[in-house]
Parts: sequence; structure tokens; C-alpha cells
Amino acid sequence: MLITCPYCGPRDVIEFTYQGDGNRERPQPVSQDLDAWNAYVYDRLNPAGDHNEIWQHSGGCRAHLRVVRNTVTHEILSTAFARGGHKSAGHRTEGKP
Amino acid sequence: MSSRRTETGGRIDRLRTIRFTFDGAPYTGHAGDTLASALLASGVTLFGRSFKYHRPRGLLAAGVEEPNALVTVLRGDVREPNIPATMVEIYDGLVAVSQNRSPSLAWDISALNQLGGKVLSAGFYYKTFMGPVIGPLKGTRFWMFCEHFIRRAAGLGRAGTAPDTSRYERMNAFCDVLVVGSGPAGLMAAKAAADQGARVILAELEARFGGSANWSGETIDDAPAADWAGRLVGQLEGNDNVRLLPRTTVWGYYDGNTLAALERVTDHKEVAARGEPRQRYWAIRAGTVVLATGSFERPLVFPGNDRPGVMLAHAAERYANEYAVLPGERTVVFTNNDSAYRSAVALKKAGAAVVAIVDVRSDVSSEMSRLASEADAELLAGHAVVATEGGKALTGLKVQRFDLTSGALSGDERSIHADCLAMSGGWSPTIHLASQAGARAEWDPGRQAFLPPQPTQRWIGAGAFTGSFSTAEAIAEGRAAGLQAAGGTASLAPLPVVEAVPGDPDPAPVFEIKAKGKSFVDFQHDVTAEDVRLAHREGFVSVEHLKRYTTLGMATDQGKSSNVPGLAIMAEALGKPIPEVGTTRFRPPYTAVSIGSLAAERFGDLKPERLTPMHDWHIENGATMYSAGLWYRPMIYGLAGETVEQAYVREAKATRESAGIVDVSTLGKIAVQGPDAAEFLDRVYTNMFSTLAVGKARYGLMLREDGLAFDDGTTWRLGEQDFLMTTTTANAGKVMQHLEYFLDVIWPELKVTVTSVTDEWAGAAIGGPKARAILAACVKGTAVDNAALPFMGIVHGEIASVPVMICRLSFSGEMAFEVYSGAGYGTRVWEALIEAGKPFGLVTYGLEALGTMRIEKGHVTGAEIDGRTTARDLHLDWMLSKKKPFIGSAMMDREGLIASDRLQLVGLVSLDNRPFNGGAHVVEELDEANPHGSIGHITACCYSPALGKYIALALVKGGKARHGTRAFVSDPLRNRFGPIEIVSNHFYDPDGSRMHG
Ligand SMILES: [Zn+2]
Repeated sequence: MLITCPYCGPRDVIEFTYQGDGNRERPQPVSQDLDAWNAYVYDRLNPAGDHNEIWQHSGGCRAHLRVVRNTVTHEILSTAFARGGHKSAGHRTEGKP
Repeated sequence: MSSRRTETGGRIDRLRTIRFTFDGAPYTGHAGDTLASALLASGVTLFGRSFKYHRPRGLLAAGVEEPNALVTVLRGDVREPNIPATMVEIYDGLVAVSQNRSPSLAWDISALNQLGGKVLSAGFYYKTFMGPVIGPLKGTRFWMFCEHFIRRAAGLGRAGTAPDTSRYERMNAFCDVLVVGSGPAGLMAAKAAADQGARVILAELEARFGGSANWSGETIDDAPAADWAGRLVGQLEGNDNVRLLPRTTVWGYYDGNTLAALERVTDHKEVAARGEPRQRYWAIRAGTVVLATGSFERPLVFPGNDRPGVMLAHAAERYANEYAVLPGERTVVFTNNDSAYRSAVALKKAGAAVVAIVDVRSDVSSEMSRLASEADAELLAGHAVVATEGGKALTGLKVQRFDLTSGALSGDERSIHADCLAMSGGWSPTIHLASQAGARAEWDPGRQAFLPPQPTQRWIGAGAFTGSFSTAEAIAEGRAAGLQAAGGTASLAPLPVVEAVPGDPDPAPVFEIKAKGKSFVDFQHDVTAEDVRLAHREGFVSVEHLKRYTTLGMATDQGKSSNVPGLAIMAEALGKPIPEVGTTRFRPPYTAVSIGSLAAERFGDLKPERLTPMHDWHIENGATMYSAGLWYRPMIYGLAGETVEQAYVREAKATRESAGIVDVSTLGKIAVQGPDAAEFLDRVYTNMFSTLAVGKARYGLMLREDGLAFDDGTTWRLGEQDFLMTTTTANAGKVMQHLEYFLDVIWPELKVTVTSVTDEWAGAAIGGPKARAILAACVKGTAVDNAALPFMGIVHGEIASVPVMICRLSFSGEMAFEVYSGAGYGTRVWEALIEAGKPFGLVTYGLEALGTMRIEKGHVTGAEIDGRTTARDLHLDWMLSKKKPFIGSAMMDREGLIASDRLQLVGLVSLDNRPFNGGAHVVEELDEANPHGSIGHITACCYSPALGKYIALALVKGGKARHGTRAFVSDPLRNRFGPIEIVSNHFYDPDGSRMHG
């Protein structure tokens, strides 16, 4: 699996650390809504298909990336800095050569 | 044993004779021989004993799919078992032994297993090894006892115990086009792609490039196919864009067009050249893959089809044409398709008598009849082989009339004298890699075979792999695939002209001849057609269950030859068409892969060593080092004759009496800088940092999002926007990642940067009643008295002309200071402190004394912040700010996290004056015979010189309420039981008067 880091280019997955489901939304810090906190801390989407994920380029520039990955084919559809800014389309593996 | 080597022909070097041994007996062969061909040439027919029944077995195949002739190759004491003899190239001095026989291959006691065939039928593992559930042996280990013997009898090669001293290498490779397989299709693909300028890797699992061209006997462009292939290989060798990898098996197809391959670099050599590894693991990232992996011929399933001398038709042809060996003198061919007729002609040409061609089809084309005449063979159309005869070699066989549609046999059995039976049950494309890469294979009723699925990754198929079995098709498809893979346009140039024996690629749909006797489907796992039907009768209907229950296709060959016949028999038993039964998906590896090649250079002690700047000083001054994560830290500075306990007791005592110094460079250090740094720390720590004055430090606690304790340490405010955070040694990396995650993902609006500076600073902690006097004696540029340097104050100065930063904080409980300098000057500052401390009785102390003093003080470390404890459990609730939210604040008060019976930090005192062990349990009532009722466990323990007792820290249920009560330590593993008193974790100087001074 290759993940295209907007800084570093396409790099092997071995350089990255998975940092979880990217769909979670952290409640406001002052929120006392325990259900919302529970959902944020414990609930994870687990789709068979396209999934928004957070990956850190821990063996590289250490930026966190938002990665759209197909969990069935491991195809990387897009990557972008989690902080926003520069986006990069992942290299697409075509179904047919 | 007579020589079966033909006078001429073959792709062996007759001028080079090679000597080797098999089962201790000397043999010779020629360069270019495999172990299989050389032994066959020497008249060897018996190569191994079968898995369960110990039946004699000979060669079935000539290539990687060989299920029977597995051998162990010995190099010194190192043994590599289960290698097909067909894949072992002979070299001078090769030592190979047969497997699964005792005491010898020819005379095997366990062959008696054949008589117990019923016991060892389908599912015998499950039926036998579940053990008696009723009767006198119920619940005993009787079945384990039996298993020991059955497993020894039923098995393949034995792995060695000697360490493998070979070197293995890992290579990462990148190419535009990876071509797998070097038959006519693969060679054409590689050539076409290379001519387009593409970077090409051509991998061939055998020693010779060319595949079927080496033995087909066909003519390409007016030259023998083998010469044509040789010419193409020569052209590829001369091209800088092309890397040729012989003896390289592509065994895994992973996502992102990443493929794994194993190159056997020196397995075929007597002595490896200097620097050569034994094997090389290739991780190849390919733009496009051309799969030209060919096809496997299938055996027919009939009684006695495993007798030595019964082999695949193409294998017999290949031994004759490529290795100049006749598998037999009187050969019978048994087939359900046209391809075996070419084999018959080839064997005849090579000098064998082809006695008969037995074809299950009654309608045989005139072309095939003509080929039968050319082979001088009697054509028995509409017949089938129903039995074979012979012991360690075939002596004859029986045929009967066969009806293709009903499968019925009729008429009298006719005996034919023969020493070789060449069979063909049709061909199965080698679709393993395509299957690994994605979708399901599709059944083709014409070819009676699974054809490769539609690509889900970037690969293109060519040749027999796609079901196009003729060489002319392979050449055309290969060139087209190579061009397409390299992004070229279709070529109009004429294709090489092939002269080949004609034939219909579609076989008759016959897989099994049902007659009396054991008919093998999976030769390597001894699975018979009857086993498959038995499994069906016992209720197994799913192909995956059938496979596991019968172990069909689960041996080391992974059913390369047996898959389709096995599936066909299952389908018939289920009364379903084959495509509805489906096939199992192939998984990596395609063939056995050595563990050594996967590890490559990554074995032994490969972890990096992290050494503090003062490391050499510690070694020179008698420290015993201790590995803590990647770090090496002094454990004790032992004196001659001292035990570890004596050393740390002396070091701790001296520190509390005068002064001690310890290397704390390993603490994690993170620079937290920026306009929002203080705000960020307020969110990260449970306590306030925005209120911290510049030039002061504060102890901080972090929680995880779920409210459990995460890490602790002091953070120093060096400037308005400049903090130096310290973390525990073990958690430095985790804390860094935690901070980065929140800054990047959760709070990108905060203007803060975090930088790991652990390695930039050397740190020494000096503590004890004399610590301040020692500092005063060597620090220049600052005062260190209470006014200038109060508790948790920071000053800047110089020691030995080196700028230092000093913070007055204490882990030992004494008045103590942490002295930080640039890492490069760590030893200089350390030595200056040691020198200044001499008149004051300063000692160096290690981790043991550090741990002892922290236990005496009741400070927590990773042993207590173990991912299950909360701030309250550790009596750190005073650090939980109520004025602000922080990470974990919303979750930390959940019901289960504030329950009164949670494990809480306490101190323990040994009442029998004996040492404790970490991990020992605490119980209310002692029951040494039946230990139970744990109310907690010990996290850290030591002998306390300050108290003169053995003490421990422990996590105990409702611990705080138990102060002053008695309990017991229960440690059955180490047989340590005894009375204890539960006390506060603050054993020593609980009000902190010593460190505040
Ligand atoms: Zn990067």
C-alpha cells in the first residue's frame, strides 16, 4: 500500500501510523454530553468500502493526513493534510489495465 | 539399476558429470539435471512414501507442482525438508535424503498403515484426536499419547534444529512491467515491453528460461523452440532496461501491484560466491504485471494412479526431451484430451516403445489417430485404465471399455505390460497469482478449467495462463500483453511462425474412473476419491469444509495438481455443476517460502541502542547497565563483592545522608513553543500551566480521552511562549504523538509547535542534604540558595564553562536539582559535578536506588500508570483542575471510574521481613493450597534503607480505606506467602520537609 503524503510523495505504508476513524467529531471541550463523548471515544465506523481515516506520516514528516481508503481493495482515493490546506489525489489503481 | 539416459538430445551438458548422494548412495548426473531427472536417469523409481499410508511413490511431475518426490537437502547440520526433487538442481556434493520412511525408503514398516486404511480415512485427525469422551480413558491424556505416534508416522520432512548460518537478503525493486513466467508468452511479453523502453523484470521460477520451449519439440521461426527462446533471452540480457531473474518464484500478489518473490541465489551451488546470499527476497512494485505462468496438467483419478511409474504425460515428455531421460521403456498413455498424443510421439521419438494410447473418448479425431500411428501405438479409444500393478515400480496395468457419458465400465479387463503410464486429465491454468490479487476464477466448460478472473489490479494475462494452450497463441498474446503493459500500440509486424502438433485444447469432462481400489486425488495428503465422498456422506457440503475435513489441497503443494479433480468429485457427490460448488481462493505463498528470506537481514539484536551522553563514563566507572526500552541506563554502580541489593541500599542511603547523582538524560523532552503554548498545555494537562510564571516548573498529569491516567512529568516555563515538557522515559514517543495528533487534527487553530528535544539535552539529577552545597561549589553565574532558586525554580548558569539550566525539583524526596546542559557537554558537566561532590561524599546511583527512593516517597511511574488507573486511583485528584476542561475531563467521572472498590494505590510493609516480588497478589485470607480471592497486586517493591523494611507499592481494591489493616501476599508461582500491613503509599517524609528544605 502506498500513501501519497502531500509533503513527501508516495510512500510505503510502513512509514505511517494508523490513527483511527476520521469521521469522529470531538464534542466541545466543555460539553457534558456523555453520549456524545462515548460516541467519540468508542464508536468507530467499519465500512467495507471507502473510509475516511487519519494516518500520521510518523516515519516521515509527521503530518497527520486525512486519507480516503477503500477497506476492501486498499485503494487510496485521496490524501490531504488533517490541518487543511494542500490536498493530493492518491494514485489510483485502475480496475482494468 | 539400468541407465535410462538417451544417447542424444536434452538440454544437459554431457561433458560435465556431477556427483551427489541420495539416501547415502552415490549417484551421478549432468549439469542441467534436476535431482529428479538425474535419479530417474539412474533407474530410481521410488522417491518417497506417502503421507498417511506410506505407499511407495515416484515422480508425478517434472516441475514445481510435484507432490510425491519431496526430499530433504542437507548442508552440514542444516536440513531443509519438503523440497520437490524436481526443483533441486544437482551440484557436486549435494546430499539429499528421502522422507517419511523408516527405516529405509525401500522397506517401510509403516506401510502397514495401508491395512488400517479405514482408520485413517477422511477426517481422521478430527475423529482420532478429539480423545475419548466416555469410557475408562475419558479425560486422560491417552489421545495425546496416540497422537505422538500417528503424527510421527503421518508426516512429511523433519525440520532441523541446527541454526541456519546462511545469509538472506531483501531487495526492493521497481519496474514498469513485471513478467512472471518465461515460456514463449512471457519471453514475447518481456521483449515487446523492453523494446518500448519499459523497465522490465522477468522472473522465472526454474533455472532455465524458456518454459515449454525447452521440451515441446516444436519449431519456431525455423529453429528448435529451445534455440528460439535462447536467442530471445540473449537479446533481453543485452538490454539495460531488463533484469532477468532465474530461479525466482513470484509467490505473493498484494495490493498496490506489490509482489513478493523468492530468488534462490546459491541453492544450486556447491559453494556460494563471495558476498552472495543464499536466497533473496524481492519486494517488487510493478506498474503492470504480465502473468504468463502457464498451466498445470491434471492427473486422472483411477485405482492405483499413485504407483511409481504413473506420471503426467507432459512430465514424461519433458524428461525425455529436456533431460534426455526415458521414464520407461514400455509406455502406455492414458488421456481424456489431445495433448497427450504429442507426448506419445515425443516418447516414441526419444526411443521408448509406446504400447498403447488409452483414450476415454470413443470418438478420436483423424489427426489424433494419425499421431497414434506415428507413435506406433495401439489406440484404445473408449477405454480406461482400471488398475495398475507393481510394487516399487509399475509392471503393468488393466484396461476396460469405458462409456464417456455414463462413466460405466464394461467388457473384460485386458492386461498390458508397461513400466510407465503417462496420463493426462486436461490442463488447469496457473491462476494462483491472479486469484491472490482479487476476484474469483471463472469455470470454462469447454476447457473444463478455471480461467483467470477479470483483473482487479493492473495485470494482463498471456498464454496458457488464459487458457490459450497453443504456442502460437502464447506468442501472439505475449507480444500483445507486453506492448499493452508498456503503453505501446498493437504491432502489425509478423509474429514468429510456429510449427506444432495440432490438437483440440478441450478435454472430455472425465476426471475419475470409478473402479475398485484406492484412487488418489491429492497425492501429497493421501486423499482418495472415496474420502471426498465419505466427507459428503458425513454431511459436509461447503467446499471450504470439505477441503478442511479431508485436508484435500492442504499439503505443501497446496493442491496444484489435485484441486480441479477434487472439486469435480465433490461436485458430482453434491449433484451440482462444478461452477456452483466453486473454487477456493488461492492465498500466498504460491510455493513454500523460507522464513530466513522473510527475515532477511532483520534478525538477531537489531534494535537500535540509545545511549546517554554520559554512557561511556558509566561503563568506565563500574556501572552495571540495564536496558530500559531502547535506552541503556546504569542499574547500580556496584563495588567489588556487593550484591545488587547491597549496592542500591548503599547508594540510596548515601543519597539520603549526603548526596547522590543520577543520569536522567533519558527523560522525554519536548519543546512546546508558540503564542498558544500555554493554552495548549492547559488543555493537555489536568492542571493549569497558563498561570505558571516564567522561570518556574510544575508537575503535570495527562489523561487519555477516556479519562484514564496517561503520563506525568514536569514542564518548565522558559519564556512566555516557550515551555520544556518532560515525560517519562517510556512514554516519550507516545506523548509526542498525542500532542501532534491534537495539534494537527483536533485544534489546528492553535499556534503551537512541538519538537522532540530528548537527544539535545543531557540531564543529571543531584539530590540529598549536601546537594545544594555541591552545586554552589561548581556553578557560576547564578546563586542557588532558597531565594534565587526556590522549590520548582529555574536558573541559568555555568558549570565548567558550560551553560547549564538548573531546576530545583525532586523525585527522590531529597532537596534535589536537575542540571541540564547541551548533550555534547553532558560528560563535562557530569564530571565537574562529581569532582565538586567529592568533599561532600557524593555517590552515583542507578535505576535501582532511584526506584527505591521513589517507592519510599510513593511516587508513581509506568508500573502504576498502567492504562487502567485513574488520577483518583493514584491519589492525584488534587491535580484535576475544576476551572477548565482538559483532555479526559469529560470522561473521567464516569460511574465505573469513581467506584469506591477500584484498585487504589497503597503501600505494603512485609511483616515477616522477607522480600516481595512484583506482580504478587494481595489477599485477605491466606490459602496456600488453593490461592484465590485477590484484592490487588504489587506494582513495585524494594528493601527500604530509610525504613529498614521490605516495602512495596500496590494497587488494592478500596485501598485507601484499608490503611492500617493487615492482609497477606500470595504469590503461588514463586511460593511466597506471608503477612503484610497495608499503609499509605507515602512511606517516607510524607510532608516533604526534606525536599522543601
Ligand atoms: Zn510526509
